Amino acid sequence: MSIFRYPRPPASEITPRSVWLSRRDLLATGLAGAIVPPGLMGSAPARAAPLTARSGGQSAEGLTPTPFQDVTHYNNFYEFGLEKTDPAERSGGFHPHPWTVRVDGLVAHPRTYDIDALLARPLQERLYRMRCVEAWSMVIPWIGFPLAELLKEVEPLGSAKYVAFESVVRPSEMPGQSGVLPVLEWPYVEGLRLDEALHPLTVLAVGLYGQTLPNQNGAPIRLVVPWKYGFKGAKSVVRIRLTDTRPATSWNLRAPDEYGFYANVNPEVDHPRWSQASERPIGARGGFFGAARKPTLPFNGYGEQVAALYAGMNLRRDF
Amino acid sequence: MIRAVLYAVGLVPAAATFAMGLADRLGADPVNVFERTLGLWAIRFLILSLCVTPLRELAGINLLRYRRALGLLAFWYALFHVTVYVGLDQGFDGAVLLADITRRPFVILGMVAFLIVSVLAATSNAWSIRHLGRRWRAVHRMVYLAGLCAAVHFILSFKLLRVEPLLYAVVMAVLLLYRLLPGTVRRGRLAQR
Repeated sequence: MSIFRYPRPPASEITPRSVWLSRRDLLATGLAGAIVPPGLMGSAPARAAPLTARSGGQSAEGLTPTPFQDVTHYNNFYEFGLEKTDPAERSGGFHPHPWTVRVDGLVAHPRTYDIDALLARPLQERLYRMRCVEAWSMVIPWIGFPLAELLKEVEPLGSAKYVAFESVVRPSEMPGQSGVLPVLEWPYVEGLRLDEALHPLTVLAVGLYGQTLPNQNGAPIRLVVPWKYGFKGAKSVVRIRLTDTRPATSWNLRAPDEYGFYANVNPEVDHPRWSQASERPIGARGGFFGAARKPTLPFNGYGEQVAALYAGMNLRRDF
Repeated sequence: MIRAVLYAVGLVPAAATFAMGLADRLGADPVNVFERTLGLWAIRFLILSLCVTPLRELAGINLLRYRRALGLLAFWYALFHVTVYVGLDQGFDGAVLLADITRRPFVILGMVAFLIVSVLAATSNAWSIRHLGRRWRAVHRMVYLAGLCAAVHFILSFKLLRVEPLLYAVVMAVLLLYRLLPGTVRRGRLAQR
């Protein structure tokens, strides 16, 4: 099988696992441990297991991964709460194992995949930019496999035009799903056009930074679409459904004027309340002056690979 | 003396958050945390300054001599908040700032509130009170509009309806609606004491 080549930094720029591990230990035992009783921290990935993956390609482009601590402690995962710190603090009781993913709808061979079988597949590391619709960004070393692999196994019918991704509903384990104020419709649903879903950049991630996904990052399996805003990446996916009509998606239902179905990263189409022209890189360290805003790139820097998917479309209207 | 202490204590949240930011103790997105903290304290001091009159009329507690300090603290926090937004957050990017301020109701509401408290701060001295005469009261009634704008601006700063800004908006609404009560009702209570 051929490996898809995607823009990727040289290995020398990736923080070695031993380095970020030691930073974590220092934080956990030295700083946080002094203030918070260990039992209350609930932030260490409970069942993190190492994952091996081959590199997904190479490029001379210089991206520095966001520190592990920030990737796993600054999250939007409203099933666990609205604050960025909620997913790490409140996902300790979530059980990502056992787990199955149902792939059905307009396919020739509907299948239910066990997470252990998915973890046993040949996995790739993909160092991707992640641009949140809130105008901040990260660089994350995901581990996973192209979504196209699964889709080809179930054989989409000719009538299939879209793919819907459904996240898990477990109010007993996900405190954000039983709040007082309306948040989003559960289950969280996201969707892609079939050609977007089949694109080699689109992956199902089962890990990051060399280990299985922490609960707060969407364990045990989540969607990653690097040229779209982060909210397109449905977390803790239980069902993938192929359809002939565009699926109703969670954020689009909540505020259709603010969150489009496509949600391609586009510096020229602003959110009604803030500009999307630039972004604040997360985790640069150094406090206020650690990192200046940087310009946001069309398609989050993946235009060369994906712009052709949208040829002839008005991306201002279909935002 | 008490007023000096009020200013000193009132500026502690700004100083403490700034120090934490310099020491990289504000988490993954320090500029955003600083910006939001300053805005929140601006609203808090605005609310406190609006509590002075009802407290006097309903409970007979007279804090009138501290009202100017509370209002000025609201102004300073609003100024810090706007400065961080313009400088640290947007990096003095004129094009982005212009688009924000002319096109986005969320930002416009915040700016209206800031402009109003700026005018009020500039006219809060004895000289202005003397020279503006009756008009001074009319000018300073604009604080109600500032409170309204600030509360809505706070609600809009989140992607979804959140409990915290709604609570502040309810408190603000009560304080503003109180001003609509007929004078007989308000002073009647005061006279009973």
